[in-house]
Amino acid sequence: MQAEGRAPGLPLLAGGEGPGADSRPAAGAPGTARGPLIAAAAAEVLPLDDEEDDLEVFSKDTSLAEVNSFSPSVPISPSSMINQYKFEDEPELRDLFITVDDPESHITAIETFITYRVVTKTSRGEFDSSEYEVRRRYQDFLWLKSKLEEAHPTLIIPPLPEKFIMKGMVERFSDEFIETRRKALHKFLNRIADHPTLTFNEDFKIFLTAQAWELSSHKKQGPGLLSRMGQTVRAVASSVRGAVKNRPGMFTEINDYMETFSQKINLLDKIAHRIYKEERDYFNEMKEYGPIHTLWSASEEDIADSLKGIASCIDRCCKATEKRMAGLSENLLPILHEYVLYSEILMGVLKRRDQIQGELDSKVDALANRKTEKDLFSEEIGKLEDKVERANNALKADWDRWKQNMQCDMRSTFTNVAENNLRFYEECLATWESFLASQTVDLHVEEDSEDRP
Amino acid sequence: RAVESQGEGQCAPVESLWRRYSEFELLRNYLSVTYPHIVVPPLPEKRADFVWHKLSADNMDPDFVERRRIGLENFLLRVASHPVLCQDKIFYSFLTQEGGWKEMVNETGFQLKADSRLKALNATFRVKNPDKRFTELKHYSDELQSVISHLLRVRARVADRLYGVYKVHGNYGRVFSEWSAIEKEMGDGLQSAGHHMDVYAASIDDILEEEEHYADQLKEYLFYAEALRAVCRKHELMQYDLEMAAQDLTSKKQQCEELATGTVRTFSLKGMTSKLFGQETPEQREAKIKVLEEQIQEGEEQLKSKNLEGRDFVKSAWADIERFKEQKNHDLKEALISYAVMQISMCKKGIQVWTNAKECFSKM
Repeated sequence: MQAEGRAPGLPLLAGGEGPGADSRPAAGAPGTARGPLIAAAAAEVLPLDDEEDDLEVFSKDTSLAEVNSFSPSVPISPSSMINQYKFEDEPELRDLFITVDDPESHITAIETFITYRVVTKTSRGEFDSSEYEVRRRYQDFLWLKSKLEEAHPTLIIPPLPEKFIMKGMVERFSDEFIETRRKALHKFLNRIADHPTLTFNEDFKIFLTAQAWELSSHKKQGPGLLSRMGQTVRAVASSVRGAVKNRPGMFTEINDYMETFSQKINLLDKIAHRIYKEERDYFNEMKEYGPIHTLWSASEEDIADSLKGIASCIDRCCKATEKRMAGLSENLLPILHEYVLYSEILMGVLKRRDQIQGELDSKVDALANRKTEKDLFSEEIGKLEDKVERANNALKADWDRWKQNMQCDMRSTFTNVAENNLRFYEECLATWESFLASQTVDLHVEEDSEDRP
Repeated sequence: RAVESQGEGQCAPVESLWRRYSEFELLRNYLSVTYPHIVVPPLPEKRADFVWHKLSADNMDPDFVERRRIGLENFLLRVASHPVLCQDKIFYSFLTQEGGWKEMVNETGFQLKADSRLKALNATFRVKNPDKRFTELKHYSDELQSVISHLLRVRARVADRLYGVYKVHGNYGRVFSEWSAIEKEMGDGLQSAGHHMDVYAASIDDILEEEEHYADQLKEYLFYAEALRAVCRKHELMQYDLEMAAQDLTSKKQQCEELATGTVRTFSLKGMTSKLFGQETPEQREAKIKVLEEQIQEGEEQLKSKNLEGRDFVKSAWADIERFKEQKNHDLKEALISYAVMQISMCKKGIQVWTNAKECFSKM
C-alpha cells in the first residue's frame, strides 16, 4: 500500500479499526495480512508500554461508547469488547483522537441546519497544535468524503450516514435521528483516522483543524462542479466500454463476493430491524401484563403476596427487555447499517478500478489501430499502466484490510448480541428463581403450622 | 370412591363410555339445580376463547379438542372429589350407565325446580336484606371474573409477541448459512451460530404450549366465578321469597284485623268500593275472615319453614364456600408457582442457546 508523504518512524496504526479505532488483533501474528511496508514499520513499533493517555478526556461525553476506554464500567460496544479481548503484547498506538458531539441547531434566514462539534487531539508533528475544536455540518462531511474519493478512487472510503431516512417516521430533526447521525459521523471520522493512507490526507487535516471561514475558502479552491461533472460523464462512458474482459481474476472474485455479501448484509439488516420491532411490541404488552396481577391481589387475601410477587417479576423482566432492545439499537443496528453502506461503496470502488483499467484498455486498442505516433502513445500507455497498477495494488491492500475489519466487527458485534441476550435471560432467571424461593418457603411454613395441633 | 377418568367429547376415542359435550352440560345443569347451595365445578369452554394468532380458533382443531378433553376430565374429578356431589346417583350413572342416562336425568324432573333467570334478576334488584357475606361474595366474584379475563386477554397478546420475537431469529439461521458459503475463516462460526438460532426459534413452540395449560388453570377459576355468583343468586332469590312471604302475611293479618274491627286503616280499593256500593253482610264478612285466618295460619307455617330453609341454605352454602375458598387459594397458588417454574425453564433454555451462539460467534 502506498503511503504518500508519511514521515518515517511514525507509529503505524496496525490496520485495525472500529468505532474507537483500536488496533485489532489480526488473524495471525502482526503483519501477516498486511503489505510489506506496514510489517517493517510494525517491527519498530512493537515493544512499547501501554499508553493510556488522553482517556479521561472523553469522560464528559459518556454517551460515546465507542471511545477508547479501559475503565471498568465500560459501556458495551464493539470497541470496548475489543479492548477486553486485546492482546497485551500489541498495545494500541494512536496519535489522533477524534470525537463528534454536541449537536446544535442553527437558524438562518434561508435555512435551519445542525452543526456538530469535532474535537481532535493529536501528537503528530504536522499539526500545529495538539488540540482542535471546530464545528461542522453534514455538508462539510459530504465535501470531505468526495475529496477523499477524488484523491483515492480505489481506496475504500468509509460510509457516511444517509441524508434522509426513508423508512420509519424519523423526522429530519428528531433527537433520535440526530443522535444516530452523530454516532455515524463520529465513526466515519475515526475510520478515516485509522486508515493507513487516508489519515494523512490533506483535506482531512483541514477538515479537522480549519475554522469555518477557512474551510469555506478552501472548499472553493477545488475543481469546479462542471469539471467534476465532466469527469463523471467520461468515467461512465469509459466504463461502458467495459474493462471486464481484461479484469484480473482477483477483482472478479471480489466482485462476486461483494454481490453475495451485499445481499446477505441487507437481509441481516432487515432481520435485525424486525427483531427490534418485535421486541418493542413485546415490551409494550408486558408493560400492561404485570399491573393486572397487582390489581388482582387487591381482591385476594391468601394469594395476594404471590400475585404481587409475580407482578414484580414481570416488571423486572420488562425492564430487562428494555435493556436488551437498547443493546440492539446501540450496537447491532448501526454496524449492520454501516456495512450495508459499505457494500455499496465497495461496488463503487470496483467500478472505478474498472474505469481506470478501461482507460488503459481503450488507449491500447487505439494504438493497435494507428501505426504512426507510436512513441507518443507508448508514453501515455506507460503512464496509464502505472496508474492501473497503483490502483490495483491500493485496492487489493485496502480490500484485505477491509475484510479483516469486517470479520472483526462482525465477530464482536454478534458476540455482543449474544451477551446481551445472555444478560437478559440471566436477569430474568434470577428474578423468577427468587420469587420461587419465596413461595416455597411460605409453603413449608404453612405445612409446618398445619402439623401443629 | 375411586373414579377413573372418562374419555369423552365428540369424535374422540374413549375409555369406557362415550359422552358428548352436551351430556356434560346436562349433568352440570342437573347438579346446579339439585344442589343450589354448592359451588358446582364449571365446564371448560365450549368454544375457543382468548386465542392468539398461532392458536386456532377452530373448535375442531386437535389441540383445542385435546385441551377441552382434559378440561372435561378435570370437571369429573372435581365432582368426584366433592364430599356432597360425589354421592349423587345421577353422577354415578353418568360414569357407569351406557344407555338411557339422559332419560333418567329428565325423569328426575329437575328442570321444574330450576329458577327462571328473570325471577332471579328481579330478586337481585328487589331484595332488601340479603346476608352481607353473600353481597361481598358477589362483588368478589365479579372482580375475579373481570380481572382473570383481562389477564387472559393480555397474556394471549404477550404470547403472540413473544412468538414473533423467537421466530424472527430463525431467519438468522438461513442467512448465516447462505453467508457462510462465501466466507473462508468466518464460515464455520456463522454456520454453527445459525444452527443455534434455528434451535432458539423452534423452542418457543413448546414453551407456549405449556403456558396454555397455565391459562386453562386460570380459565377454570374464571368460570368458577360464575358458579359462585349462582349460589349468591340463589340466596337472593330465597331471601326475596322470604321477604315477599313475610310481607304477604303481614298484609293478610292487617286485612283480617280490619274486617274484624271494621276499621279501615289503610286505603284499599275494597274499602272504597264497599263504601260506595254498600257494606257486606256480616255473614260474608265472617266467611272472609275465616278464609283469611286459614291463609294466615298456612302463611305462618310457610314462613317458618322458609326461614328454616333459608338458614339451612346459608349455613350449608357458606360451608361449601369456605371449602371452595381453600381449594381456590391452593390451586391458584400452585398455578402461579408453576408459571414461575415455566419462566425459569424458558430462561434456562435461552441461556443455553445464547451461550452456544456466543461461542460460535467468538470463533468467527
